[in-house]
Amino acid sequence: MRIRTAGVVALFALALAASGCGGDSDEPAAKESPKAAGGKLVIWADDKRTAALKPFAEKFGQENGVTVEVQAVPNEDLQNNFVTVSSQGGGPDAVIGAHDWIGNLVQNGAIDPVQLPDEQKAAFNETAVKAVTFNGQLYGVPYAQENLALIRNTDLAPEAPKTIEDLVATGKQLKAQKKVTETLCLQVGQKGDAYHIYPLYASAGGYLFGTTANGDYDPKDLGVGKPESIAAFKKIAALGEKGEGVLKRSIADTNSTATFTGKKCAFLVSGPWAIADVKKAGITYDVSAVPGFAGGKAAAPFVGVQSFYVAAKGKNKALAQEFVANYVTRPELAVALYQADPRPPALTAALDQVKGSDPDLAKFVEAGKNGQVLPAIPAMAAIWDPFGKAEAAVIGGADPTSTVTAAGKTIAGSIK
Amino acid sequence: MSAPLSGPGPAQQVPGRGPVRTGSPRTSRTARNHAPITAAGLAAKVILLGLVAGIAIWAAFPLVEAEKWVGLVVLALTTAALFYLYLGRRHVPAKYLVPGTLFLIAFQIVPVLYTASTAFTNFGDGHRGSKDDAIVAIQSSSVKQVPGSAQYPLSVATKGDPATGALVFLITDPETGAVSVGDSEGLRPLDPGAATIAPGGKVTAADGYTVLNFGQASARSKDITDLVVPTAGGALRSSGLSRAYEGKAVRAYDRGCDCVKDSDSGKTWTADSALGAFVSADGERLAQGWKVNVGLSNFTRVLTDERISGPFLGTLIWNFAFAIGSTGGTFILGMLIALALHSPRMRGTNLYRMLLILPYAMPSFAMLLVWRDMFNTDFGLINNLFGLSVDWFGQDWSARAAVILVQLWLGYPYMFLVATGALQAIPRELTEASSVDGASPWQSFKAVTLPLLLVALSPLLISSFAFNFNNFNAIYLTTEGAPFPADNSSNGATDLLITYTYRLAFGGQAAQFGFAAAISLFIFAIVAVVSAISFRRTRQQEEVYA
Repeated sequence: MRIRTAGVVALFALALAASGCGGDSDEPAAKESPKAAGGKLVIWADDKRTAALKPFAEKFGQENGVTVEVQAVPNEDLQNNFVTVSSQGGGPDAVIGAHDWIGNLVQNGAIDPVQLPDEQKAAFNETAVKAVTFNGQLYGVPYAQENLALIRNTDLAPEAPKTIEDLVATGKQLKAQKKVTETLCLQVGQKGDAYHIYPLYASAGGYLFGTTANGDYDPKDLGVGKPESIAAFKKIAALGEKGEGVLKRSIADTNSTATFTGKKCAFLVSGPWAIADVKKAGITYDVSAVPGFAGGKAAAPFVGVQSFYVAAKGKNKALAQEFVANYVTRPELAVALYQADPRPPALTAALDQVKGSDPDLAKFVEAGKNGQVLPAIPAMAAIWDPFGKAEAAVIGGADPTSTVTAAGKTIAGSIK
Repeated sequence: MSAPLSGPGPAQQVPGRGPVRTGSPRTSRTARNHAPITAAGLAAKVILLGLVAGIAIWAAFPLVEAEKWVGLVVLALTTAALFYLYLGRRHVPAKYLVPGTLFLIAFQIVPVLYTASTAFTNFGDGHRGSKDDAIVAIQSSSVKQVPGSAQYPLSVATKGDPATGALVFLITDPETGAVSVGDSEGLRPLDPGAATIAPGGKVTAADGYTVLNFGQASARSKDITDLVVPTAGGALRSSGLSRAYEGKAVRAYDRGCDCVKDSDSGKTWTADSALGAFVSADGERLAQGWKVNVGLSNFTRVLTDERISGPFLGTLIWNFAFAIGSTGGTFILGMLIALALHSPRMRGTNLYRMLLILPYAMPSFAMLLVWRDMFNTDFGLINNLFGLSVDWFGQDWSARAAVILVQLWLGYPYMFLVATGALQAIPRELTEASSVDGASPWQSFKAVTLPLLLVALSPLLISSFAFNFNNFNAIYLTTEGAPFPADNSSNGATDLLITYTYRLAFGGQAAQFGFAAAISLFIFAIVAVVSAISFRRTRQQEEVYA
């Protein structure tokens, strides 16, 4: 009796387990059957781009008899998740992401170079191709680029300022007339923001990395802590809280655009992503290059590029290469991705196509003309935090010389 | 965790404070043996064991695929043992203990052991995989197109079955239009008449060959990427399914010297198994490294690196102050409110209680961000409301006060709730008796209510302390550790050990999981010691008052 009950229970349990497993394995088989022997391509992208990419991915799948799956991963987790699954030997076949990930993706062996013929490379904006080139290899196919510009409220400031000094003078005048409460909306925050201060830093003569003979950034030539950088930070300090009060730690990523759309400042330093909010607030605006210091160098913003990568550990690398090298280089896709998220396309033909209907785009491209490619070398990761905090400290009134020297030491210490 | 501490006596006097025991083990054994088998019990058994078997089968496939035989044996043994245990009638205590023990092992012990083992490696960005992975990555990322060579329209074809046959590349010369067949032996020209060429140069059909369509070809992706056709200048490789290029792997691994050689520059990088990287004579490292055991170096780095050990003590003291301040502050405030509402003369207590719970009902994640914005110097509610211009997060002490204030607001409803519950469990006769004996309300609170309250709440206070000791969100979502000294960007005035660790491990060059694991073991040791001492003291207290 006892043994029989045990046996019956075990049998039922196993039958249940088997039926559960069976149900599981039936489903994909049923789904795959219409598509004969086709392979499957898995692409990871962030939410916005997933939506834009889906119709094209499906079309690519139908044209070629394969299944294409676009999976949405939140942008802030995308790189990390990709590197983690890739080191386990799995993950997607292709990924969309910013070009400054390349250094980290390469050192973790997560992506493979892409071989594009010269005529295809020539179809792209030169800066964009330069951005995705790392150690002399092309690692991604760019589709959009972005950079900072000066967005101004033309009701308050009809003229585009030629220099920072012009901008400060206009801002002060508006402040005296009680039309605004802040001179400039440039996000700093408690821990600084290296990306947004960089145009001014560059204009004042500072640099982050020197370049090697072939034009790549050289991690051994660190510009932070050098006399040029100290001089640059002295100019930034003069605009800070103890100086002109133009740069403030109380203006951060969370409130910079909102302060501008609330008409509390006439000038905003931001990128194409801020335009949607500015339009929604019904502000009459214009876009121009970020002005530099009078008599200084041009205020070079960083140019970032969004790009497609081929995963090194993908199960279907040949198909991923086909998709990335031959399919996403078509202008239609670049235009669709622009419509999902309005950043200037990297493909010259696509930019020409959308430029007419969106004048801001051309202005952003123009503002980025003097821009520098955001360094993709892994050493760049060591810059952000110390550089930003040094910026915040200097703006708060700390001594530029000792602060920047210490930041330079910290950065040099964490670059291998 | 809280097994009956003081024998069966008190456990029976205070129902609900320990497992209630009915009768001796002997009688219960016979009672169970005669217990009827109910249909519901049987069904539950079938379903649960079915789930176990299902999970085991589901887990077995990936293990077999990855050839993890040890894992498979552990899985099989565990499953068999579970079936044996629950299908038999013996081992009754084990039936109760095993599920909890399994979960304890899976979710507590294994992660701790994994963290500990990671602490002895250099696991992190650039050192994630094995040496073989690194070599593959170095070689494949060094394949460059031969300068001046063309790219060729490509078709993948086979003489056999499209799903299994040996693959060849059919390549059209873009200038002459001549078609060649390539396999691992090399390139051979194909009869000009034998191939049909589409506009653009791609071969669509060839005599004796089946040209694979994209669907068929993509199913054989690995064979295609592995097919390398040697040529005079390098080798033809596929770039996708419709183009081929002549490429050359510039860097190659040489097993003889255990090094990577660059055929362009002639430079070599020798494997350094202590670093987990290829290093050249002039000290240059290749970016792609691998995971190696580094012994105690992560631990010694914590102790000897001045950047880390220098601010460690100061951070530790503030960490204690923060944890004690938030726990003590919320406890005192929560208890005072609970006492006020406990008074029988109080009216409208339900309304007050509802209002007081509100901060607890809101998601703390969002509230922390709201508080951060309220402390903004120029735009924040606090400065605007009171007409201040305090740079809250810009000065050491104001920032510290601000984060504790936020914790107070977030945490007191919880303490209020548990204190209310504990107060209601204290018999009113006790305080009445003390007042009859002539004690003042303060004296009776100090001598009767507070000690009884602490007996009930001490374990909660300890766990709240341990939680606040590692309260990452409280700092990271408000000050992010700010303000930072101008000359040190790695350690701020409001940094807890956990936020400090996070910045050290992930904020700088790249993720350094091995190093982060070492620091978290230090934190684990500190919290464990504090908790052990507190629990010991609590036990003594309970023996006095229970």
